[in-house]
This record gives sequence, C-alpha cells and structure tokens, in this order.
Amino acid sequence: MGRYVLRRLIQAIPTLFGIMLLTFILTRFSPADPVRLMLAGQTDLTPEDRAALATSLGLDRPLPIQFADYVWDTVRLDFGNSFYYHRPAIQMIAERIPNTAQLAVTGLVVSLLIGVPLGILAALYRGRAADHGIRFSSVLATAMPDFFLGLLFILFLGVQLRWFPIGSMNTIGETCGLCWDRVWHMVGPVLLYANGGLAVFPRFLRTEMLEILAQDYIRTARSKGLREKLVVGTHALRNALIPVVTLLGGILAIAFSGSVIVESIFTWPGIGRLAFEAANAKDYPVVQAVVIVSSFLLVLSYILRDIAYAWVDPRIRIGK
Amino acid sequence: MSSQTVVAELNVAAGAPRRAAGFWSDAIWRLRQDRTTMVALGFVGLMVAAALGADLLAEHVFRISFAKQDLLRTFERPSLANEPAFWLGADNIGRSEIVRLLYGARVSLAVGFFAALCQFTIGLALGVSAGYFKGWWDDVVVWMISTLNGIPTLYLLIIVGLLFRLDPVSLALFIGLLGWTGEANLARGQTFAWRERDFVVAARTIGATPGRIMLRHIVPNILPIMVVTATITIAGVILAESAISFLGFGIQPPVPSWGNMLTGATGYYYKGPHLILVPGVAISVTVLCLYLIGDGLRDALDPRLRGTTGVRRKR
Repeated sequence: MGRYVLRRLIQAIPTLFGIMLLTFILTRFSPADPVRLMLAGQTDLTPEDRAALATSLGLDRPLPIQFADYVWDTVRLDFGNSFYYHRPAIQMIAERIPNTAQLAVTGLVVSLLIGVPLGILAALYRGRAADHGIRFSSVLATAMPDFFLGLLFILFLGVQLRWFPIGSMNTIGETCGLCWDRVWHMVGPVLLYANGGLAVFPRFLRTEMLEILAQDYIRTARSKGLREKLVVGTHALRNALIPVVTLLGGILAIAFSGSVIVESIFTWPGIGRLAFEAANAKDYPVVQAVVIVSSFLLVLSYILRDIAYAWVDPRIRIGK
Repeated sequence: MSSQTVVAELNVAAGAPRRAAGFWSDAIWRLRQDRTTMVALGFVGLMVAAALGADLLAEHVFRISFAKQDLLRTFERPSLANEPAFWLGADNIGRSEIVRLLYGARVSLAVGFFAALCQFTIGLALGVSAGYFKGWWDDVVVWMISTLNGIPTLYLLIIVGLLFRLDPVSLALFIGLLGWTGEANLARGQTFAWRERDFVVAARTIGATPGRIMLRHIVPNILPIMVVTATITIAGVILAESAISFLGFGIQPPVPSWGNMLTGATGYYYKGPHLILVPGVAISVTVLCLYLIGDGLRDALDPRLRGTTGVRRKR
C-alpha cells in the first residue's frame, strides 16, 4: 500500500508540471501581455515606462528562464500581489478556502445521502414508476445547467416564496460560523453543489446494484433463507458502493468548476467567487493563483480517490 | 401488385425484422423505429433550422432585428396575444426575446457543433495513435490528458476569456483544443482492445502499414461508439459555452448567446422572470434532446449496448 501511494504521488509530478506549462503558455502567447494587464486603463505611460516595467517583471529574459522562475514561484506558492488589493494572492485564497470547503463537503455528503438510496430504490423497483421517475429526474439534472437551476431556486424559493435567502453567508449583523442562520443560507448553494452528484450517483448505483443482484452469491444468500433486507443492505450494497469511489474524481472536478457558478450566483465568498471577481477586475495574479491552487487540489483529490479505491478494493493495488 | 410486395408489406405490418442491408442503413432503420429519439431529433432539427434561418425569420416573420430596442415595451411579459415579435416578451431594454433566442441558438449550436467536431478529431487522432503505438507516444498523450483533466474546465476557460478576445469561432476553437480528453481516453481504450484482434494481427502479418491498420481496421470499428460520444459532447459544449458566457467571459454582448442572455436577466427577478425562464428552458431542452439522441444512436448503432447508459428504460 505504501508503495502504491508513493507511486501515485510521483505520477502526479508530470501532471503538475503540465498544468504550470499550459498556464504559462497561455499567458505568454495571449495578446494581453502582463504589462497591459497590469496597466489596464492607464494610457499616460511612455513606451520607456512600459519597458522598465517589463524589465522589472523579468519579461525581457529568455522564455525558458521565465518559465523556470514561474515554476519556482509556483512551487513556493508565491503568485505575486493582487493588482487591486496589493496583498499576496495566496493569502486571499487561503482566507476563502474554508468557505468553499464548507459548501463542497456538505454538497458531496448531501448528494451521497440522497443519491445512493435513490439508486438502490430504482434498482429494487426496476421497470416501475419509481424507477422511471428517478431515472428521468437524474437525466434532467444532467441536462439543466447549474446556473439555471440556481436562478430557478432564487426566483421561486427566494424571491417569490421568500423561504430562503438569495445570497451571502449570513444575515447582515449575524457573524456566527455554524448556526441556523448559516444553515438557512447554505440550503441553496449546497443543493446546487449536490446536483452534480445527484445526476450521476442514482444511475450508476442502479446499474451496479442490478448487476450484483444477478450474481450467484446473492442467489446463494437468498436460497439459504437470508432476509431480503440483509441481502440488499449488506451483501449487495457493500460491493455496489466500491466503484462509487471512482466517481468521486469526476464529481470533484465538477464541484471545482461549479464553485465559480454556485458562488457567483449566491454571492458566497469562496474561491470560486474570488476567481469571478478577480477575472472581472482583470486582476490576473489572483485569477492565476486560484486556477493553479484549485488544479493542484484537484490533482491531489484524484490521488486520494485512487488511494481510497486501492484501499477498499485490493485487486487494484495487487494488479498493478 | 406482385405477391412479393404483399409479403414484404405483411412482414412490415407484423413487425418482422427487415432483411439486413449493411451496417449504417440497418442503424438508420433501427433509429426510425425509436420514437423518443425521432422526437428529440425533430426538435434539434427544428432548432438548427430556426438558427440557420434566423435572418429570414427576423426579417419576414417577426419584422424586428435582434438589436432593435423598443423602450416603451421593456419587460413585456410573454403572450400569444402580442404581435409575433413579442410572443416571448421583451427584455430589459425592450428587445424581442424570441428573435434574440433565435440568434442565440445560432451561436450556441454552432459553438457546440464545431467545438465537438474539434474534440472528436483531436481525440480520435491522439487516442487511436496512442493506443496503437503505445510506448513513449502513449505516455505523452496520457500526460496531456492528465494535465488537461487536472485543471477545472471552467477555470481554464475563464483564464482564456481573460487573456484572449473571444468571438464564437475562437471560443469554439479553445473549447475544442482544451476539451478532447474524454474522446481521447475512449478511443485509446477501444484501440487497445481492437489492436489485439486476430484480423488486425493478420493485417500486420501481411505487412499492412500502421496508418492503414488504424484507418481501415481500427477506426471503422470504434466509429459507432465515438459518434455516440460526440452527440453527448455537443451537449456538454453547449453547457460549457452557456456557463462561461453566463459568467461574462465568453460570447460578449451585443451578440446574443443563450448563456449571456441569462447574465442580463439576473438583475430582474421581479420585473422579468421570463428573461430567466426562456433561455434557460431553451438550453435545458436542447441538451436533454441531445442526450436522448446520443442514447438512441447507441441503441441503433450497437444493439448489444442497449440500455448501458441508463438514460432510458432497459429492454
């Protein structure tokens, strides 16, 4: 197991290098060079001033050296200062990660708590109304864009029925970290986060369950007179849940992308909202920092997923 | 009427299987038996026709351009009692919502189609060659896939939107260049399986070149499943384009796209809820239809895979 973890960590190094290379290429070959980005709107500068700025940013040096500098800075998580707040970008991200994590983790738990039972239900009632209903709603969840769902939530449950707040983390004046006020504000964003999983888990689990329920050991369990609850709940479900781990990578990737959408719709001060605001303000260091940090976190969560999978299913680590 | 025709017609009436007539025509025949898929195809076809004919429709049916403002009719609610141009109401500066929806369809569908075409081409070329040659080239392709999968898609598109001026063509190109990993993974995996088949080994034995083996023996076999995936990809690209345009980093106004029509709508929950509902429903229904078509195509192209997507009933 230790060797598997080590190998998986080493495999991540080229990926991280690739991510840095791609973002570097994009910035260097775009028509918006860093000097222009930094001086957005300022037109009273002479070409000499621009050249001086370019030199101070190291832009007059050969590209490989610039890239090496960039890698070195990124490895030390030094993304430079925000053009607007004049604070280190990484610091601004660190402040906001807990807010995003709060939503993402709750969303994942909610989608598992709802999605897994729905999948089992669909498998047990295969071909009947419950099955059709569950499958149709999960297809609908895939087809409807996240932001449209979020806007519908705000429009109907927020604005028209006034059941839920339409944004932010707390009512103004409240500052609590975890209390009913916060929970009340979390309902909308969490449901939106959970949507990604809800579109996938029921369908996946249904197929898994159907496959497993048709296997010999289930027939054996039934024929020796085991109660159906135990057959489904213990014998079948435990094996059906194993491959769910593989889905977590894709779900997390959706969640990272989705954080921009969810947090800008519900004005939730997480890293997604930070990326949105910084991109609107053309605050490039912050955008870049958010992208790199969330990509690194995503790669890390892929590794954790693989380790978890190898841990629950020994065939993986022995097979390789 | 000859007796043979009568027998043939009786066969059709009894639902007896038609005589096989080649892979693709068989597939089309199966597809035409599938009502859900035909309805979805009809809807998408209608959308494409409306998008292509947006200029004509705007000029002769609705008699209004997508940029024409009528400030006396801002936030007009949808109603069939209105003149055709305002059947779906008007937006915050009194532009015809239905005409903007048509022009938005043009952008969204075109970006969806061309980006998916790019992804399909790149994914197929890289996936098949990596799967066939293995070795260092496979490592390079896998490295590119893991790199692109390591960056959340929407963040990558935000960076691109920030650094480049995006019009529909360049947006489609970027989505195509950055999003082919799914296709490549599929093509690579399929190629691994096909390259060990006896007929491929036989072709290699008699000295067929790698290019010929890939083009004549492997690609035709994996094409059906790739086509199915391409349909799903179009849907995925439409969702991605609408998301990035909704955030304001994709297609820029005044060119309407379904995504950026929603951006403007978020300020008017009270005055114009239809401004959220109209483009949102258009995106959702189109994407849903594309998923259904993908599923129907899968059944038609490979009956053995029937029901594996789980989108529709297992038969």
